[in-house]
Amino acid sequence: MSFVTPEIAWAPLAPVIVVLGAAAIGILIEAFVRTPATRRTAQLGLSLVALIGAAGVAIVQWATLDGAGTQVLAGMVTVDRQSLAWQVVILVFGTLGALLFASRTRAGEEAFTSLGSVAPGSTEETLARRKGLQVTEVFPLALFAVGGMLLFTSVTDLIFLFVALELFSLPLYILVALARRRRMLSHEGALKYFLLGAFSSALFLFGAALLYGATGTTSLSGVASGIATATGLDGLILGGAVLVIVGLLFKLGAVPFHSWTPDAYQGAPTPVTAFMGAATKAAATAALIRVSYEAFYGLDWELSWLYWAIAIASMLLGTVVALVQTDLKRMLAYSSVAHAGFILVAFAGFPDSTLAALPFYLLAYGLATLGAFAVITQVREKSDDGAVLGEATRLGQWAGLGKRSPFLAGAMALFLLSFAGIPLTAGFVGKFVAFSAAISEGAWPLVLIAVIASAAAAFFYVRLIVLMFLTDVPDGQEDSIEVDYSPLARVVVGITAVAVVLLGVVPGPVLSAFENAAVMLVGGAG
Amino acid sequence: MFPILTVMVAVPAVGAALLWALPGAARARVREIALAVTAVELVLAVVLFLQFDSASAGTFQFSETYAWIPQIGASWALGVNGIGLLMIVLAAILTPLAILAAWKEDSEVERRTHYLALILLSQAFMVGIFAARDVFLFYVLFEAMLIPLYFLIGSFGGAQRRYAAVKFLLFSLAGGLIMLVGVVALYFQGPGGEQAFLTDNLTGLTMSTTAERLIFLAFFLAFAIKAPMVPVHTWLPTVAENARPGTTALLVAVLDKIGTFGMLTLGIALFPNAARWAAPVIIVFAVISVIYGALLAIGQENMLRLVSFTSVSHFGIMVLGIFAFTQTSVEGAALYMFNHGLSTGALFLAVGFLIERHGSPNVSDYGGLQKVIPVFAGTFLVIGLSALALPGLSPFVSEIMVLVGAFSAAKAAVIISAVGVVLAALYVLLTYQKVFTGPTREGLEGTRELSTRERVVLWPLVILMLILGFLPGIALDQVRDPAADYVSAVAAEEAGE
Repeated sequence: MSFVTPEIAWAPLAPVIVVLGAAAIGILIEAFVRTPATRRTAQLGLSLVALIGAAGVAIVQWATLDGAGTQVLAGMVTVDRQSLAWQVVILVFGTLGALLFASRTRAGEEAFTSLGSVAPGSTEETLARRKGLQVTEVFPLALFAVGGMLLFTSVTDLIFLFVALELFSLPLYILVALARRRRMLSHEGALKYFLLGAFSSALFLFGAALLYGATGTTSLSGVASGIATATGLDGLILGGAVLVIVGLLFKLGAVPFHSWTPDAYQGAPTPVTAFMGAATKAAATAALIRVSYEAFYGLDWELSWLYWAIAIASMLLGTVVALVQTDLKRMLAYSSVAHAGFILVAFAGFPDSTLAALPFYLLAYGLATLGAFAVITQVREKSDDGAVLGEATRLGQWAGLGKRSPFLAGAMALFLLSFAGIPLTAGFVGKFVAFSAAISEGAWPLVLIAVIASAAAAFFYVRLIVLMFLTDVPDGQEDSIEVDYSPLARVVVGITAVAVVLLGVVPGPVLSAFENAAVMLVGGAG
Repeated sequence: MFPILTVMVAVPAVGAALLWALPGAARARVREIALAVTAVELVLAVVLFLQFDSASAGTFQFSETYAWIPQIGASWALGVNGIGLLMIVLAAILTPLAILAAWKEDSEVERRTHYLALILLSQAFMVGIFAARDVFLFYVLFEAMLIPLYFLIGSFGGAQRRYAAVKFLLFSLAGGLIMLVGVVALYFQGPGGEQAFLTDNLTGLTMSTTAERLIFLAFFLAFAIKAPMVPVHTWLPTVAENARPGTTALLVAVLDKIGTFGMLTLGIALFPNAARWAAPVIIVFAVISVIYGALLAIGQENMLRLVSFTSVSHFGIMVLGIFAFTQTSVEGAALYMFNHGLSTGALFLAVGFLIERHGSPNVSDYGGLQKVIPVFAGTFLVIGLSALALPGLSPFVSEIMVLVGAFSAAKAAVIISAVGVVLAALYVLLTYQKVFTGPTREGLEGTRELSTRERVVLWPLVILMLILGFLPGIALDQVRDPAADYVSAVAAEEAGE
């Protein structure tokens, strides 16, 4: 008996390898570079080079792809234009996220705690802070997360999908727990995220096992053909499919699997919230498309009620609960739940155009999310003696921001209008293409509910705009808010604001690119 | 060919950007700059009017079509028929007057800059909407216009202005988003392709009766909110009460016409079958608007609310004319859209001037002013008489055309609406009587007479109404052919059945 070394074509995996390789190097930097300042610079530089490099590689692969794509690792990973498009989107979010991770306040304070392992409020914490310690591990952690997300977009095997899911989730759990201020909230958010995440992973795995039982395979295309041929196994197949989808809906933050979002969004360091809000949703959507269109395409009729019900529940609950929030980060968390609903609208009836519509929707949504949270990092509370404290996330504290900083308030208004889907912003074009996809399959009642939810959602976005521009700074509160200045965060705000306008006014080229990407190597569509 | 319509969209938009970009020192002159920009726009509008070939007023002229987002079938396509032309001219006339009317407001230069820039931006959107020949472009401008308007209402005006702005936004957004479903659904009924949203490509489609009716209703709801029809009119009085009168004048006189304009150019032109199907119900709501608006107007103490309710009534007459589908009634409605702009614009501005003098919008705070300020009183009376459609002033022509034209199609509706005309006499003359006649109230003896600036604002409108009252043909020639097209579109569908 001879052992044959498996032939693995590594080249198509280049973007993943670059990012994960850089993450490994980042760990080594942690171990060997002593000075915090040098370490931070090195980590930031490495992250940016890796993320931008990987994006470049992905774009080149996209442009030079032979035919529809290739399969590597014995068909467990499929590199096609659809996966490459999602990888580019995620890498853009990763790059902007890395810039936010590195941003510091004018006083040199970071968003992350100085030492994650010490208890909040303890003497050790004070000591660590005084010594100027920094957790620069956040950069390699984020790279691992990005690497996992990149894999998540292209994996076509249920077990490997689970591995990728864990690969990007575990670093995120840690990142959520590392906030510098309000650490208890941060720990609480991380714990909830972790517990519910573990729960949903288990559901996912259980679903995969059921599908394996029914079809004898874990590959998505194998599951699809198994579904087509199997008889008398409807219970196993449907149960498995629903559980797998539920596992992904959890990451997407759709009702009723959304309960971690408000706490994780609020507790996490704001740069992490920004990155997580944008990139996790994109990765989860990409995987949901992959699973739905590749494995469950034959179940479109059986599963459509699930997408309908969850889409409606997410839109309504997200919108209604966001209306009564008083904390900005929680409000945006519930708005992200509503957006999960809007994303699911495009799945109604599995239209082909969803493959082009959702990458655009998520790009538009993610850019606005990153921008909005970047603005939040810049608005800080100030104590009576003039010391700058943490972020001012109570809604009332944003009153009159338009006067304090027209740039930040204007950019925030733009992001909010984009969330609300007002024309001439990227969010409108995103909603337009997503809703078009749904209507092309005749799901107009769902779209009607979606637009009514959009109108209601506009109310709380507009409420913040009213606060920023039409309300004066309350008397006696003139000195309670400090507009911080961090060049890196401002760069992120600037880039995302310009992108949101450009994608809203001249979306043509990007739409074309994603139309070109609406092809999957294997699967029902395209 | 010179792309005059694109230029007319660009001039105020660039003007707005310019105002915001001005350095602090140059901002002392923002009013003059804004006025100059609107003057350029007015000249362009006059050129447009003179170049317009009224012999073929039904076809879109000055057409331009450029690819914008071919991936989803949207084009930057502009062009005007006679009705669009009149609306653009109206916008060009009223915007500089609104700027002049607000000349003394805002001592703070920064606020003044914002106000003027927002006004200019709104003008750009107005021109774009009235010239849009692409449904997607129309929709985008229709919705995006809400942003400058929202800030215009919310930042400048009375105590409840924020509430008014949010109310306005939510009403408009709800209508607009439902229209969005219609826009997308229409795409799938049409031919598709890179110019899928051009109105030319969407006219005369064969679609299933249900689809046509549903899409028509989606569009109509948005337009009914804009042209405030009972029962979705409630945002207007709130806005009128709280926004600056100049803003309201533009809003009611020009922007709300987008509602009736849309009913004609999109509602009837694209969905003639469904329009005819819905006409009886729409006419009922139109008649309710006429009577209800007039009755509420009589009961109003606040003059701004009063004028806004008169508009609800007048918009009812326009909608009645449009959906009666006779040549004369549609023509009259289209003409009324223009005349009502002059009349109501002037009325809001005049009330604004009065409030500027004493700070109160309430009728009961005034009395006997005609002895103190006779010129103001006379001007106010003429404008008021135009609102009650006195012969000799232009609204009379259009109102009588609607009522006479619609009579053959909807007798009962016309008879009831005629009562509204009588009620108009009540609310106009009663208000005049309370404010201007009788003994002069204490404290009002020193009221300022109409200043030169204020005369420059009001008198051109009065003169225009007089000219068009005696020579309505100038405007009527522009709307005759478009009206005939709309009527025949509906009639052709009828004959085809």
